[in-house]
Amino acid sequence: MPKDSAIGEVQKRREDKRFTTGKGRYTDDIVLRNQTYAAFARSEVAHGRINSINTAAAEAMPGVLAVFTGDDFVEVGGNPAGWLINSRDGTPMTEPKRPVLAHGKVRHVGDAYAAVIAETPEQARDAVEVLEADIEELPAIVNMAEAVSNSDNRVHEDTPSNVCFDWGWIEDNRETVDAAIKAAPHVTTLELVNNRLSPNPMEPRCSIGDYDTGTGDYTLYTTSQNPHLTRLLISAFVMGIPEHKLRVVAPDVGGGFGSKIYHYGEEALVLAAAKKLGRPVKWTSSRSEAFLTDAHGRDHVTTIELATEMDGTFIAVRTNTMANLGGYLSNFATATPTFLHGTLMAGNYTVPNVYVNVKGVFTNTVPVDAYRGAGRPEATYSLERVIDKCARELGMDPIAIRRKNYIKPDQYPYTTPVALEYDTGNYDATMDKLEEIADLTGFDARRKESEANGKLRGLGISSYIEACGIAPSNLVGQLGGRVGLYDAATVRVNPTGNVSVLVGAHSHGQGHETTFPQIVADRLGIPVEMIEIVHGDTARIPFGMGTYGSRSLAVCGSAVVKATEKVINKAKKIAAFMMEMPDGEVDFEDGVFSLKGTNKNVPWGDVVLKAYIPHDFPLEMIEPGLEETAFYDPANFTFPAGAYACEVEVDPATGKVQVMSFAAADDFGKVINPMIVEGQVHGGLAQGIGQALLEHAVYDADGQLLSASYMDYPMPRADDVPMYAVDHSALTPCTHNPLGVKGCGEAGAIGSPPALVNAVIDAIQRSGKTGVTHIDMPLSPARVWSAIHGN
Amino acid sequence: MATVSMTVNGKAVARDVESRRLLVEYLRQDLELTGTHVGCDTSQCGACVVHVNGKAVKACTMLAAEAEGAEVTTIEGLATSEDDLHRLQVAFNDHHGLQCGFCTPGMIMSSAALLAQNPKPTEAEIRHYLSGNICRCTGYHNIVKAVLSASGQDTAAPLAAE
Repeated sequence: MPKDSAIGEVQKRREDKRFTTGKGRYTDDIVLRNQTYAAFARSEVAHGRINSINTAAAEAMPGVLAVFTGDDFVEVGGNPAGWLINSRDGTPMTEPKRPVLAHGKVRHVGDAYAAVIAETPEQARDAVEVLEADIEELPAIVNMAEAVSNSDNRVHEDTPSNVCFDWGWIEDNRETVDAAIKAAPHVTTLELVNNRLSPNPMEPRCSIGDYDTGTGDYTLYTTSQNPHLTRLLISAFVMGIPEHKLRVVAPDVGGGFGSKIYHYGEEALVLAAAKKLGRPVKWTSSRSEAFLTDAHGRDHVTTIELATEMDGTFIAVRTNTMANLGGYLSNFATATPTFLHGTLMAGNYTVPNVYVNVKGVFTNTVPVDAYRGAGRPEATYSLERVIDKCARELGMDPIAIRRKNYIKPDQYPYTTPVALEYDTGNYDATMDKLEEIADLTGFDARRKESEANGKLRGLGISSYIEACGIAPSNLVGQLGGRVGLYDAATVRVNPTGNVSVLVGAHSHGQGHETTFPQIVADRLGIPVEMIEIVHGDTARIPFGMGTYGSRSLAVCGSAVVKATEKVINKAKKIAAFMMEMPDGEVDFEDGVFSLKGTNKNVPWGDVVLKAYIPHDFPLEMIEPGLEETAFYDPANFTFPAGAYACEVEVDPATGKVQVMSFAAADDFGKVINPMIVEGQVHGGLAQGIGQALLEHAVYDADGQLLSASYMDYPMPRADDVPMYAVDHSALTPCTHNPLGVKGCGEAGAIGSPPALVNAVIDAIQRSGKTGVTHIDMPLSPARVWSAIHGN
Repeated sequence: MATVSMTVNGKAVARDVESRRLLVEYLRQDLELTGTHVGCDTSQCGACVVHVNGKAVKACTMLAAEAEGAEVTTIEGLATSEDDLHRLQVAFNDHHGLQCGFCTPGMIMSSAALLAQNPKPTEAEIRHYLSGNICRCTGYHNIVKAVLSASGQDTAAPLAAE
């Protein structure tokens, strides 16, 4: 097989057979012997004091084996925040404890305060129904502005206010930015809401705790994007189970989108219950529970100002944001609205002055954390919306104003005023590609056609940049991160020459089982069929940090390359020995080792066999075996970027928006499997369209989640979205990882919402309603109709 | 408890179950046919679609007892054999019509029902028919292409060519 043939090639997914034939093995499909079932009693009020819980009636129900309340967990630690944020005045954020089960108070509807374990799931649920709890309702804290201004009513009494942190980025820029905006000839201001979303992977969360009374070993089967991180959190912070006595298995996982990064109390509960009962305990979330307990995403209220010269040259950006954290700190809740958001506020542009202020606010709502894009969609949405508004005010073309301010290819590496160093990019090139694939020259004709049908047609453009490949440990450490964000891989060459690759990344839809072998095959020159990926089991894989933040290929893929290179280096030594020139220089190409300057060579299989049958090995020089592990810690973030275009038709009579086309021109650096990359973009686009048009997690003033089922929370469905035009050929390889890759998982969800909203505003403006400069997402028919008709 | 009998994937089965047992629970828990999935509790997501007497049914909307005597086909029974997959199973693989795989059994069972009544559906007809099946991963693009392809229609530019 010629070298490089496996990289950049469409290979169909080897995962698919089990999934298309019903043979996938998701957590809920696992049934352990003597398995019992957990069900949770969850708060029906947003904020309440737990006066008493009477478990007697529940305990007396048929099949009930145990009942747990918060009292059972007061001795164990709390689920921690993974990132320390310091406020503008230098004080650290407040970190109230997040217990396994609510104790003293409940802090959001759905907050679990008790759990029942029974012989069957039905018996467990029936017993929860009769559990008696005296919970005194307190005034709910829902609105962020009120939460900030009223410190008398607090989500956490042991904190001085509902403000977790008041963060300035970069605080030293503040006065310069204020002065620049004051002196600027033009300032565009926009107030906007980044709507709260529920991630909704199609597989609800599920956890099975198992305890071996003979060995004292625990096993947790769970729906996780990062089994080692879950193990670390449970071991070091929540339960104190030593890591070597806890195995975490994340088998097939039905999507995550961020919501399965975090450790949740249910995982600790099933482990504790399994120990107490000496039997496995399973909990499977219903979709209703998922809406009430899976970490939500977004939920920012922002004012953004863009100062420019009259010719559209950017001078300064200033933002002021309230970010909802919910009732407790989820593991990465504090990083998402700060370092994953504020550091991106320069976008793709040369804007010399940027200042970002974010207040993180506790409310009586479900905890909010990273959801596909995580902070970067919020930054992109604010910036790309205000740029569009600015272009309109200055009478400029939306593409022209962007191009005017793009960082140019000769300016890299480019350091932004918000502390990132972009290594490479070419934003004009992705915009050129976008203009081509979106057929922008044909827009006027299409608009006239729509007009003839009584519809308003609009075109929306956006650019985006994101920081992916999360993340350089030294950098995140300086910024308050409490974990390292490297990843790890072991390349185990088996005696007969095939290869098991054990990786820290977790695949829950991303196709690693297909893509990662392509990387190894490229380096080893052996067929991909000889290479197998192992993931999702802490007992089998090296300590890696899992999959999120578009990091798997850039970080774990790089670890795979590094480990493969170590294997090759050792194999070369063995080959040199076999060719009777232990100090000779050996080349390795297409699966054959050859001694430089001679016609001697040995094939891959012979060298591998020799490694495992070392009858005549010089053991003082070479160890037997052929297996290497590598940890890879990136030198920098990667910076995927691109340009998106959306065309919509708006029905002025109903306010309904139909997405007519969506085009995405992305720069992901080098691409391993184009089919999988395009699939990632398609999915991201649909989630962005969902956010912009449909999805909204809505709380009423009492803290009741009104949109807590698929009847009320509109998921994008097949007839809500168009076929997409996607392209990733205008690429600039990442300069600091061995594959030149940047990551593609989140781009679609980051770049698409502003393009869609810009398109709807464009459609309305073209109809002569020039007073309509903004509509908050989701752009429901009611909101759009009201904007058009001035209500 | 009552005995509920039916034919599932060509095999006669009978189990004693509580009267509140849903068909999807009967399949997953009693018969251990875990290919049929549960993605919601309001009959909205379509992850549990199976065929009952040849018709696509969300198995969470039906009591097991209501399927007494019925012919049920699940995703495990769709292929003739392990080596002779159904054309939709092949097409979903060819066109990358799945990512995490959780919605896939329901999506394929719905698509099979569509093709049984409408052998050459248009893109719009496919989107309309599949609007009862939610997929969070694929954005539907490649699912639509897979169904077009399985029905022997042009998918314009397959895979990465577009």
